Amino acid sequence: MSNAFTAYLIFLGPLVVVLGFVIASMLQRRGAGVVEPGFFERNGAGLATFLILAVGFWALVMIVLPQLYLIDYSFHPKLPPSQRGGPRDIYTLANYRYFLFGSPNDTSQWNATHLNAFWITILVSMIITIANFAICYPLAYYMAQVARPKIVARLMLLLVVPYFINEILRAFAFLVMFGTGGLINDILVGLGLIHERIDFIGVDVALYAGLTYAYVLIMMFPLYNAIESLDRNQVEAARDLGAPWWHIHWFVVLPHAKPGVASGATLVFMLCAGALAAPLILGGPKTLWFTPIVYDRFFQAFNWPQGAAYALMLLAACMAFVLIVMRLFKVSLSEIAR
Amino acid sequence: MSADIDIDHVTIRFGDFVAVKDVSLKIAGGEFFSILGPSGCGKTTILRTVSGFLAPTAGTVRIGGKDMAGVGPNKRPTALIFQNLALFPLMSVAENIGYGLRVRGVPGKERRRKADELLSLVALPGSGDKRIGELSGGQKQRVAIARALAVEPQVLLLDEPLSALDLRLRQHMRTELRAIQKRVGVTFIYITHDQGEALTMSDRVAVMNHGVVEQVGDGHAVYDSPATPFVASFVGENNGVSGRISAVADGFAQIDTALGSLKGRAGAGLEPGAAATLFVRPERLRPAAEGIAAMVSATAFEGHLTHVGLSCADGHSLTMSLGRDIGAHALTPGAEVRIGYNPAEAIVLRQEAR
Repeated sequence: MSNAFTAYLIFLGPLVVVLGFVIASMLQRRGAGVVEPGFFERNGAGLATFLILAVGFWALVMIVLPQLYLIDYSFHPKLPPSQRGGPRDIYTLANYRYFLFGSPNDTSQWNATHLNAFWITILVSMIITIANFAICYPLAYYMAQVARPKIVARLMLLLVVPYFINEILRAFAFLVMFGTGGLINDILVGLGLIHERIDFIGVDVALYAGLTYAYVLIMMFPLYNAIESLDRNQVEAARDLGAPWWHIHWFVVLPHAKPGVASGATLVFMLCAGALAAPLILGGPKTLWFTPIVYDRFFQAFNWPQGAAYALMLLAACMAFVLIVMRLFKVSLSEIAR
Repeated sequence: MSADIDIDHVTIRFGDFVAVKDVSLKIAGGEFFSILGPSGCGKTTILRTVSGFLAPTAGTVRIGGKDMAGVGPNKRPTALIFQNLALFPLMSVAENIGYGLRVRGVPGKERRRKADELLSLVALPGSGDKRIGELSGGQKQRVAIARALAVEPQVLLLDEPLSALDLRLRQHMRTELRAIQKRVGVTFIYITHDQGEALTMSDRVAVMNHGVVEQVGDGHAVYDSPATPFVASFVGENNGVSGRISAVADGFAQIDTALGSLKGRAGAGLEPGAAATLFVRPERLRPAAEGIAAMVSATAFEGHLTHVGLSCADGHSLTMSLGRDIGAHALTPGAEVRIGYNPAEAIVLRQEAR
């Protein structure tokens, strides 16, 4: 298969798909006999054309094409530029084989280091997502339903102010705080609770705390918005009908806040699994996080096809997580994006 | 099944604002009791206190003889119907009605049976599987009532539940509510600013203003023998003419006003020289051979009644409502007339020193 053909496929494929969608929606509109003004009538021909072109360009060039390139890349062998498109540039599963077995050819043993890092990243991201929910839900409920507006404004400020500081600096602050000679060890030793200083960084406590802290707001805002839109009378009605507090939360507040929970969880999980700076700074010498490995494939091993394959594995895992969350919570993609 | 309620010298303060001022009400078991007043008079505050969402600053609320201090809304034998109904939109009709039972651990089948039973009580049989969004305003109303009744409360508290409905439906729901109350025999406390609702449905009405109960009585007492000028002017249409008392005798008072010396039944606490107001209802005024001199300023035909606007001496205006059999058609704007009334159908009330 020639390389030119692949290039055409990559560039024209999405265009055909987009065109297909446009035609389908036009047909549907005609079929339904909708009389409301169309997109062009509402915005004027000039603006509408610009909007379509701008959004189309953004979606295609910034999102769709790079991902397609990534996919294409991941199935190629690592070659010097001179040999690209040559006879040795064939489609291969070698990069994925390497991810699974630690060797492009030999499948006798698993690639334990990378697979472990992968699963640990997914698992820890899930735990951090749950931890974030546990931290944010009570606070979001308090702010959205209980607190007076003045207090809500102050709490919001307190929540947002730490994020004025750069993410990397915040990670370094955690490093200082959790270090063997850091503040937390000082306090614990000072209080006589421990005698030997704990290596929080070595056991990844610092990393998990840092990641949890980094994404609190990401969970907070969708949750707050969702709970805020709940009619306070419904909580009171449930209480009046005899419900204890946990029953109200489980059967009245949470079902209402479900889209917010789903979107918060999705975002936190995605960002957490894809975090790079925090694991690099806060991770201990033995820390296994998947994104630094992907980074190393690209920039240490200079094996871009392999890096592409690794990145795709992470992307696939994240998408699977989102789909599972959607299925579990019975929410649609549009509800999450709201 | 139904409990009596004793609101004993209850005062409720929010910071410096006194929402309810030393209110005492005794409501009998099985009674349909309305609290009528303009918005901001403290009626909803009382309801929330009885249901347990607010604690009184001073005083006691007893339900069925038991002091309710420290008893949460989920532990009281009351059920509240919210002004906006507060149905759970994510649950079906049957799930809404069964919610209180679910809390109490009643199994699903039993809940469903009870929900269907209540749905036929509120004249909505067979709609248990509908979503809340599919119901009309009046149907939501009935579901809210069924949901509240499902927990078998001894007292049902209703916070202006009909205010969101259109006029025709509102009038229909009045009769319906009254009928439901008779059927289940539960004590109803009904909050409203609509005197028509209060008068048509209730056994007794409490009229509130500025956190104070001005009068408690049945519809006739409140309408025909108002205790204060506020009650006289808030409940129904009324003509008020202010002046000073000149004489009080035999239960009647003579009052000097800009329209001349007028006579009416004497309210409490009247003595010669006191500032007072004579109230006479529009439907009690009649064209007469002699009486108050007036000029017709406008007429409004309302079918069974014709409302005649009258301008009198000193810029006073009165309204007279005439039935069809009385020659209202002769009264055209600009006509000079004389107006009379039966003094037994007018009441003179002392002006409060407020």
